[in-house]
Amino acid sequence: MVKKVVSGNYAAAYAAKHARVEVVAAYPITPQTSIIEKIAEFIANGESDIQYVPVESEHSAMAACIGASATGARAFTATSAQGLALMHEMLHWASGARLPIVMVDVNRAMAPPWSVWDDQTDSLAQRDTGWMQFYAENNQEVYDGVLMAFKVAEHKDVQLPAMIIESAFILSHTYAIVDMPPQEEIDEFLPPRKPLYTLTDFDNPIAVGALATPADYYEFRYKIAKAMEKAKEVIKEVGKEFGERFGRDYSQMIELYKTEDADIVFMGMGSLMGTVKEAVDVLRREGYKVGAAKVRWFRPFPSEELYELAKNVQGIAVLDRNFSFGQEGILFNEAKGVLYNTDAKPIMKDYIVGIGGRDFTVEDVKKIANDMLKIVESGKLDEEVDWFHLKR
Amino acid sequence: MAVRKPPITTREYWAPGHAACAGCGCAIVMRLATKAFSEAMEEKYGDPDAFAIAHATGCMEVVSAVFPYTAWKAPWIHVAFENAAAAASGVEAAWKKLGYKGKILAFAGDGGTADIGLQALSGMLERRHNVVYIMYDNEAYMNTGIQRSSSTPYGAWTTTSPPGKYSIGEDKPKKWVALIAAAHMVPYVATASIADPYDFYRKVKKAAKVDGPAFIQVQGTCVPGWRVPPEKSVEVARLAIETGVWPLFEIENGDFRNIKFQRFPKDGKFKKPIEEYLKLQGRFKHLLKNPEAIQQLKEQIKEMWKVLGKEVELP
Repeated sequence: MVKKVVSGNYAAAYAAKHARVEVVAAYPITPQTSIIEKIAEFIANGESDIQYVPVESEHSAMAACIGASATGARAFTATSAQGLALMHEMLHWASGARLPIVMVDVNRAMAPPWSVWDDQTDSLAQRDTGWMQFYAENNQEVYDGVLMAFKVAEHKDVQLPAMIIESAFILSHTYAIVDMPPQEEIDEFLPPRKPLYTLTDFDNPIAVGALATPADYYEFRYKIAKAMEKAKEVIKEVGKEFGERFGRDYSQMIELYKTEDADIVFMGMGSLMGTVKEAVDVLRREGYKVGAAKVRWFRPFPSEELYELAKNVQGIAVLDRNFSFGQEGILFNEAKGVLYNTDAKPIMKDYIVGIGGRDFTVEDVKKIANDMLKIVESGKLDEEVDWFHLKR
Repeated sequence: MAVRKPPITTREYWAPGHAACAGCGCAIVMRLATKAFSEAMEEKYGDPDAFAIAHATGCMEVVSAVFPYTAWKAPWIHVAFENAAAAASGVEAAWKKLGYKGKILAFAGDGGTADIGLQALSGMLERRHNVVYIMYDNEAYMNTGIQRSSSTPYGAWTTTSPPGKYSIGEDKPKKWVALIAAAHMVPYVATASIADPYDFYRKVKKAAKVDGPAFIQVQGTCVPGWRVPPEKSVEVARLAIETGVWPLFEIENGDFRNIKFQRFPKDGKFKKPIEEYLKLQGRFKHLLKNPEAIQQLKEQIKEMWKVLGKEVELP
């Protein structure tokens, strides 16, 4: 096991290299750029023989990844915010064409106002594109996530693209220790891709991207829906195998932290959950019975795991570093929906935190704990959505 | 007895049964281009099948692949409208990485090339991907129902450039993407026409055999879009050449000083007036009543030839 002190972005680049990615097509954007810079460096140094296509836009980046993946190669790209939005059309295309492309998105706030800081709305706005989404809490999870994502995406019953998501600067540019298994062990975990169809079968040529009339389109969508369902099983299997091989278990789509006897649970995604876990430790020392639930995979959504958690707690404070205008925080909205037809009815409140890179601290979590405990004790929800940091 | 090799291969990659209109000029492009490409692959790599096709959204994409059928006898991928060049770049990169020999062929119409796909095309050319990009130019957005593109000629009727009391129809000169492509100083750029299949065939083969990117802009008649009878499809394209409306040329490595011309009158004097070309087509019907606009069109055509380094006379 090699330990390297790397940024989240470098962790992503090393993971792409160790996953033996064959084609990278990418375009620079802050704060993603150092991922593709590092990959270009690997190639320049002779450490990697990735075919790197320095495209002229993110839209073309994904189009080129689609072309490469359909040809049979293992394809990778990375982007952020505006770049991800520019790719949007192609995201649908990648999943519709059932191509196991893996992409790292560095969460960054959408403009205007112009911002380069952390915010989950860019990736969550892509939730209906048919991509799996994994939110990393730390640099290690960025690295592990990329390796696992290829294995899940390329599974014969899944064949869908996956997005590994990390926070702008908080992870992308912050250095931390990352364990990197020996290449042979990674190769055993992630053997070369075995595509079901390729553009290189000249005896039985395929046509990708045909027109489907209303008589057939419907079934194509159903198959993607089933593949996404199946992906839940595959994610758990792969996460378990990853744990057995490398000592970090990802068999749970929601990571639970001190939730066994918790009255209230903080639920969220990504790097902010590191802060939350620390706050849970502090609060526990002060006698609060609180825990944390980190949603690792947002797509497919871990509905069953959420139900198992929700039926045993009194309150869930959802921490949304994102917002859907005209509605509410996106994780909150999804979680409520999942629980509606069940007997699990914890009180739920949505705290809009950290948007646009606003600092989110242990003190903030303590305030939220006190607010939530008051609500749980009184049984009265003052408001569903709390713009927590608002300057009043 | 020696059997003479046919001038055009008998191999087919564009199967009958596709849904193109009767008389479609662009369907001729698809058939000829793939034949020529395969012949080039056979000559260069000993394998006529050593290619894949990336196709932009458009007429030829829609008519050729309606699930569960395909008219293509070669591996084929369609990735949206604006990015045949980008998709082809990715296919080519993977091709190289996975160790396949051969070349990638990209098809896109004039909308998918001159307008929405221009950026991706520029990127593909500049990055020197081993791709032949064929722009089948029917001079408007025909698949969506005849809307003007930047490749629509001056004076043409389209549904978004309708002639009227305050309009002569399309009021901008045609944009020549071949010249933009040549400015990338790529190994090979050419224009071609369905009315000269041997010339087109030769050019596709040449493009397929060069190392690096090549671009061909080929005019293909649109029967409903140009409002011509199906049986006049090739005739009208021939008139485009003979009246000086459609230049046939080759530019290698961006060398604008040494453009090679085909079917160019030695004295620079075109014998047939452009009116002969115009009057066959319903899209120019209104123009025949407007001598000023026709004069304007002639001036633009002369300007275009001047850019190519030729002084021409149009009757």
